[in-house]
Formats: sequence, structure tokens, C-alpha cells
Amino acid sequence: MTTTTEAAPGGATTEVAKGRKAPLSEGARAERRLGWLLCAPAVIVMIAVTAYPVGYAVYLSLERYNLELPNAVKFIGLANYGAVLSSSYWWEALWVTVLISVVSVTITLVLGMLLAMVMHRTLFGRGSVRTAALIPYGIVTVAAAYGWQYAWTPGQGYLSAMFNNSAPLTDQFKAIGVIVLAEIWKTTPFMALLLLAGLSLVPEDLQKAAMVDGASGWQRFVRITLPLMKPAILVAVLFRTLDSFRIFDNIFILTGGNNGTASVSILGYNNLFNALNLGIGSAISILIFICVAIIAFVFIKGFGTAAPGTDIGKR
Amino acid sequence: MAAVTTTSRQKLGWGATNLVVIALALIPVLWLASLSFKTPTAILDPSFVPAQWTWGNYTQILSTTQFIRPLINSIGIGLIATLIAVVLASMAAYAVARLRFPGKGVLIGMALLIAMFPAISLVTPMFSIERAIGLFNTWPGLIIPYVAFGLPLGIYTLSAFFREIPWELEKAAKVDGATPFQAFVKVIAPLAAPGMVTTAILVFLFCWNEFLFAISFTSTLASRTAPASLAYFSGSSQFTVPTGPIAAAAVVITIPIVIFVLFFQRRIVAGLTAGAVKG
Repeated sequence: MTTTTEAAPGGATTEVAKGRKAPLSEGARAERRLGWLLCAPAVIVMIAVTAYPVGYAVYLSLERYNLELPNAVKFIGLANYGAVLSSSYWWEALWVTVLISVVSVTITLVLGMLLAMVMHRTLFGRGSVRTAALIPYGIVTVAAAYGWQYAWTPGQGYLSAMFNNSAPLTDQFKAIGVIVLAEIWKTTPFMALLLLAGLSLVPEDLQKAAMVDGASGWQRFVRITLPLMKPAILVAVLFRTLDSFRIFDNIFILTGGNNGTASVSILGYNNLFNALNLGIGSAISILIFICVAIIAFVFIKGFGTAAPGTDIGKR
Repeated sequence: MAAVTTTSRQKLGWGATNLVVIALALIPVLWLASLSFKTPTAILDPSFVPAQWTWGNYTQILSTTQFIRPLINSIGIGLIATLIAVVLASMAAYAVARLRFPGKGVLIGMALLIAMFPAISLVTPMFSIERAIGLFNTWPGLIIPYVAFGLPLGIYTLSAFFREIPWELEKAAKVDGATPFQAFVKVIAPLAAPGMVTTAILVFLFCWNEFLFAISFTSTLASRTAPASLAYFSGSSQFTVPTGPIAAAAVVITIPIVIFVLFFQRRIVAGLTAGAVKG
């Protein structure tokens, strides 16, 4: 009610101390209120769509809840987690997901770095290279996945025909190889663009100085470019790793998760829509969430990845 | 020095490298396009260029609601979600970039968490919630999660853009007696427009691409989006795989992307890198 209780002794001093411990000026309070007001709608939507459902998933995961048996809903504690963690399907899906993530992110990083160098150094045609590279990034994953599927179908696909009419999608490891290939094709441009931004931060003078001192191209890359790009690389790898850990679209179209190619996301989806089991499905959801949290934690604490955007707060 | 003048051998080398990159990027897309022009018999021939050409696949998909309706859904849901996400994200990003207020760190942390969030973790609980409150298989049932996942992208990209704006103009407006809100609407918003267009493109591409929510929260043509509809295409008989029509539909939903990329590639690149790598 009493808006003038600050009793600022001498307006000038409060102006100087603005933002410190001094009582808030009228302007600072208005700024605060406006800040909260502007953020409120975004915060409400984000909480409503993520925090609330996750909380609800925790609750569902503690219940026996099958949509086919709506009257048999019962609180069963951690039994769903026990069921998931003792199932070979979960561990196989986790292993497949980790394999796909590690292989595809590693190869994408190397190819992305090469592509970034090409885009950075090329003498001409930079625009057309960039335009072409943006197409895999932008294309609907599902559309591209159908292209790969047909290309590897014996009797109608050009890739299958090139490899003696092979049918890689029917074999676990070959199918994983095709999935990884589709992931790499789709995500290398994104990786390259992030790395290109990091590459442009490496000062040209430093490269020239090293060249004068007789450093070879490889030495310059390892000793100068890589260390300076470390933050950009770590952020890009963190994002790509988390993204490929939730891989769904490519597998869904290419194999449907058959022949031992189901990722954890496919497993969660099938549990909901084929087994109609909300309890088990929710337990899988929470376990995936925990895996993602662990990956992010390891990157941020272990590798010292600056969490993207943390600099924003320092302004 | 020799390094300054470019030899023709170097030029040739770069030209070859560039050609390889372009070919690798385009061949899978051209393969889809080729499939979409193949007649049903030509589809059983693995050659890259169709032996017999036809528009039949396109006329088939464009004459049924099986594809037209999902296309309309995709455009409508994408545009509405993009509009809402960009408006909300601009407000929040302005506050993040310009104002001092407690809780800013929490907002940024929350946006970061959501950007990394495994979408599948939401599918089971959201499916249950949407069925309970009647949002399942409706446009808002997809728009709401799309807005939520578009917001972190929007907040990062926009706050990076907003920090580049000459804010002295805002002060000048305030000296002239404008309230902070007026300063935002009349002075800053027009300057921020390029960043907002970029953000809108990125959010729209996300909505256009999204598949997991689209197949999980829809069950009929009333709200199924174009990518989800591909998985439900049926052939001329129960036993034929509708390869040609699916390829044609895949090409149709790829065309907007190609147009976006051709027209806005600078903006897309600026937007992608602004949010992720700064400082």
C-alpha cells in the first residue's frame, strides 16, 4: 500500500547504488514488475506442458494402470520400475540407443568439422555449399527416412542394388548402420553450422603467426583451432548427444523398431500405444528423463561445458 | 607469397570438394523426387532415373483428403503455434536481455531444461491428460506442446538478437516521456523484427518437422499433420506398399523447406548459431 516507504535520503545516492542492496527506487520496482509480467506467460506455458506432466508421470508410474483394464488401477509402488529394469527389452533398447548416439555423434562431429572447414575456407561457391547443406537440416525427418527405406529395399532401391541387392534393414547391426547413416546425413549440417560459428571466433592473426613459426596445418589445427573452439564443440556435442538419445522418427519409419533396433523412445511409444500400459509407459518415461539428466550433468560438470545461454544472465 | 595467389589447382580442388558436399546433400532428396515420378511398374526398377515418368502419384495424393486435410492441419497448427511462441518468447527475451529482475536465472535454466527434454517422457502423461480434458485429437492438443517446445528456442535466439539492438534509442524514448511499455512497442519492436522473423522460421520448421507428438496425440484426419499422415497412407490394394504416393507426399512437404532455405538461408544460419554459441 505505502509505496513511498523507501524514504530515500537524498535521491542521488540511491541512483548510484541502484541494483545493490539499497532500497528499490520506483523505477527499479516498475522494471521488476514488468520483467515478471513479460516472462509470466512463457513460464506458465512451459510449466503446464512439462513440469506438470512429468509430475503426473511420476504418479502414474507408481500405479498399475492398463487402459484395457480401467477398473484394475491400483497403487503398486516401485513395481513398474522393477518390471522395466528387469526386462531385457529395456536393456537392449538402452544399449541400441547408446550405440546409435555414440557412433552417430562421433562421426557427425568429425564430418561436421570437415564441412565447417570447407565452408570457412572454400575459395568460391560458399553460398551454394551452405544452401545445399541446409536442406538435410530442414527436411522433414520422416520424409528423408522414407527415402532411405526405399533406397535400401531390395529390388527397388538404388543403394540396395549397388550392394548386391542386400536387405540391410532385416539384420540388427546392418539396420542400426542404416539408421546411423540417416542420422548422420540429417544432422551433420547442423553440427557444421554450430562449429562454423566457433571457427569464425578463432583469430586469423594467431594462425598466421603460427604459420610464420613453421607450424604445419595439422599442428595449427590441434594446437590453436581445437583449444579455442572447445566451448563451441562441447555445446554442439551436448546438444547432438541429447538429441540423438531421443531418436525416434528415423527408427519408426526405417524398421519400426523390429529386429532389435528399438530405441528407448520407440520402447516407450510401443508400451503406450501397443501394450496400452500407462503405468509401465510412465516408468519408462521417467527412466529416460533420468538418463538425459545424467548425460547433461556429466557434460556440464565433467567436461566443463558452459550451459548454453548462461552468459545471458550476467548482463 | 605464394599463398596469396590462388593457383588453378587449388581452385580445382575446392571445386571438387564443394561438388562432393552438394552431391551428398542432394542425392537422397533427388532419389525421393525420382521415386515420386515413377510409375508403379518403374518403382520396381532400382535405377536412379525413372524409366517411365508420371504425374500420377501427385494427382492421386492431391485428390484425396487423406493428404490434403493433414496438409491443411500442418499449415494451420504450424502457423498458430509459431505466432503464439514468437509473441511469448519476444516478451520473455526482452525481459531477459533488458530488465533487471530476480528469477531471470530460473527462467533461463527452465528454458534450457526444456530444450534438452526427451519428448517421449511427455507422451504418456500428456496422452492421458489430453484425453481427460478433451484436447486429444484437436488442433490445440498439438499447438500447446509445440508452443512449449518452441519457446526455449525462441527465448535463446531472440535474447541473442535483442542484445545487439542499439538500446540508447529506448533511453531516448524514455527521456521523451515514454513508459517502458511504450518504449518496447514503439521503438524496440520494429528494430527487433528481423530477429523475430528468424525465430518464426526456426519455430515453424520445428513444428513442420515434428512427428512423435503428431502421431501420439492425433487419431483421425481432424488433426493429423502431414508427416504423421505418411505413416497412414494406404496403397491401391491392401497388399501394395504405396511407395509412389508416399514419395510424392514427402516431396510436397519438403518443398516449403527448400523455399525457406533458398530465401532465408542467412537468417536461418544466424538464428541457429545466435542461440547456441555466444560469448
